[in-house]
Amino acid sequence: MNFGFTEEQELLRAEVRKFLDRNCPLDEVRKVAETPEGFSRQLWGRMAELGWVGLLLPEKHGGAGLGWVDLVVVLEEAGRSLLPSPLISSVLAGAAIALGGDSEQQSRWLPDLAAGTRIGTLAFQEGDGIDPAQTSLAGVTTDVGFRLTGEKLLVADASAADLFVVAFRASEASDALSLAVVPRDAPGLGVEPHISVDLTKPMGRVRFDAVEVSGADVLGPPGSGGELLQRLIDCGATAVTAELVGAAEAALALTVNYAKERVQFDSPIGRFQSVKHPLAEMYVDIESTRSLCYYAAWLLDENPSEAALAVSRAKALASERFPKLGIDVVQLHGGIGFTWEYDAHLYLKRAKWGRPAFGDADWHFERIVRLAAAAASAV
Amino acid sequence: MDFNLSPEEESFRDEVRAFLDENLPPKDERDFAAVAEFQRKVRERRWVGFSWPEEVGGGGGSVMQQVILKEEMAKRNAPSLGSCFMGLAWVGPGIIEYGTEEQKQRFIPDILDSKYQWCTGYSEPDSGSDLASLKCRCELQGDEYVVNGQKIWTSLAMWAKWMILLVRTETDVEVKHDGITCLLVEVDTPGITVRPIKNMAGNAIFAEVFFDDVRVPVENRLGEEGQGWRVTVSALAHERSSISEVYGLTRTLARIRELAKTCQRGGRPAEEDPHLRRRIAQADMRIEAMRLNGMRFLTKQLKGEPLGAETSINKLLRAQLEIEFGELALEIEGSLSVLGKGDEACPEDGHWQHVSLNWPELVIGGGTPNIQKNIIAERVLGLPKD
Repeated sequence: MNFGFTEEQELLRAEVRKFLDRNCPLDEVRKVAETPEGFSRQLWGRMAELGWVGLLLPEKHGGAGLGWVDLVVVLEEAGRSLLPSPLISSVLAGAAIALGGDSEQQSRWLPDLAAGTRIGTLAFQEGDGIDPAQTSLAGVTTDVGFRLTGEKLLVADASAADLFVVAFRASEASDALSLAVVPRDAPGLGVEPHISVDLTKPMGRVRFDAVEVSGADVLGPPGSGGELLQRLIDCGATAVTAELVGAAEAALALTVNYAKERVQFDSPIGRFQSVKHPLAEMYVDIESTRSLCYYAAWLLDENPSEAALAVSRAKALASERFPKLGIDVVQLHGGIGFTWEYDAHLYLKRAKWGRPAFGDADWHFERIVRLAAAAASAV
Repeated sequence: MDFNLSPEEESFRDEVRAFLDENLPPKDERDFAAVAEFQRKVRERRWVGFSWPEEVGGGGGSVMQQVILKEEMAKRNAPSLGSCFMGLAWVGPGIIEYGTEEQKQRFIPDILDSKYQWCTGYSEPDSGSDLASLKCRCELQGDEYVVNGQKIWTSLAMWAKWMILLVRTETDVEVKHDGITCLLVEVDTPGITVRPIKNMAGNAIFAEVFFDDVRVPVENRLGEEGQGWRVTVSALAHERSSISEVYGLTRTLARIRELAKTCQRGGRPAEEDPHLRRRIAQADMRIEAMRLNGMRFLTKQLKGEPLGAETSINKLLRAQLEIEFGELALEIEGSLSVLGKGDEACPEDGHWQHVSLNWPELVIGGGTPNIQKNIIAERVLGLPKD
């Protein structure tokens, strides 16, 4: 029995943290987030060299062949630094191809994704909600494959992406979904950046105006994409939770330091229970989310068909508690926490970004009720 | 990460399971005699005091074996290992660590056999959360201590034969934690008066205890004079693991889900109400967080790292859950929730009304939630002490 990390995983954590502390302090985060691309190509290249971008991908395609537990270590640290990067997006695109693609497709795309020379992302949402069943982007059958017409919203890192893993409906009558890999330069594909509240998490609207997709670009048999998409959404929920845990921990550390230094009523405010108690509650929420997230990641590696309930428990707690945590961080700082210059709002905005990503608390709570009932009756 | 048991651990688990298959009386046949017989057999296996050293009669079980034993027992909702709850939980460990040879021989076998009940005389009317401020006076006269003062919230005092008691042997101290001494006192000693206190659920579980020139032989002191605080802290530190508690919490939540199937809300089964569904999911999520937090703490223990104040995390989650269960069940019952035990129309004959009034026993006892938050803030986050 061991619910902890290996020595290698602890070393990986230390390495990522050291790298990001040195190369991506918060003033750098702010600078990078305000550039048109929203992330640093140079930093991305170095992360790819270090093997973090292709962490999950098979070694024969240039990846590190590691698992979700390892990735969670990297993502927690990325979250702690509020690193602006398309890491989660590209990991999910890679996972889509690794899980759903045939060997030709894997050889075609995975080496570039592992090397970071191409960036991928998942394009699945078309408005509010994350259910695969809500997909309406139409794919009309052609001689060679499909012609896609419609649009995707809230596509993470859309401006940076070279490859879009797109969910579409093969015909209007069918409830069968397919996933296709569409390159950015496909004729008829247009990207328009959204205006994001959290500048460190750029998103975009992707328009498909009769975009031709060859059958060779469709992952798995046409119509089989629903299950794969759901799996990717679970992967995404776990990834986002890991990042949120890291960010929340940094926000707590910032606030604890402030509470130790800020003197009012002749005492550091951290002596007052009205300050102590919300900080203790944050700690409880962070550690609990962390436990749930690690277990979800472990199941994604070891027994993915049983992971959904664990994923929902983790993401539900993160979505429920972390926006509140961000508000407390701002409030406990008083006036300074409300300024653009101080860093508190960066964490608050990150938590607000994470709340609906890959399912909000309500969506996951509803799934918990259904799956927990099924699990209980199976015993 | 690896949640599998080693082959040795697995064979121990199988041994426990086989024992339970053979000896655990069915739920509806657990009368006093059946439970006593079950506990006698558990004792024969040396699974009572399983973590205690073998030389005092304990089982010498490893940390992992203790966890497996507790977990398997909890999964099957087996009776407690012994009826001497406080003796097994902290008095015994305290005596093993600080007691004299004579005290060990006198008390440990009886605790292991649950011969009689122990109670715990810590809190006083003016010393609750701030326990170290306790004032119960104690003077050494010849070879006897003479105790005068009062204790309160002493659970089971009316049924206990012995009490572990904290008294103040010195008042002129710089730090209030010094000058406290721990005594082992027979409850029927002349000068002791026990007055039960009825709680808001209508039960008398705890009591006030008055001491009027109570004479305690000096050989009944546990640890050195003035060392009582340390004795207490280290004894209570044995009260840790929370993984097995999860099974009880899971059972309670399952029962609430059943209730939600039978109760109506707005003309439909309560289980279809989105608000209640959300509450049920929140409880499920927190129970699982407790289980996994417990696994992380256990991993630390297995690596030989000391457990610190982080175990307060699960105490806080547990407190939230215990309070929420009663409230959630009453909301599911709706208008009928105002009825009490004995009324024909009251769902489940007042079970949830009782639950919703009885949580303080579990939530206040080992330190209130606010105290747990102070512990986290000061000892984990390093904020200045109040």
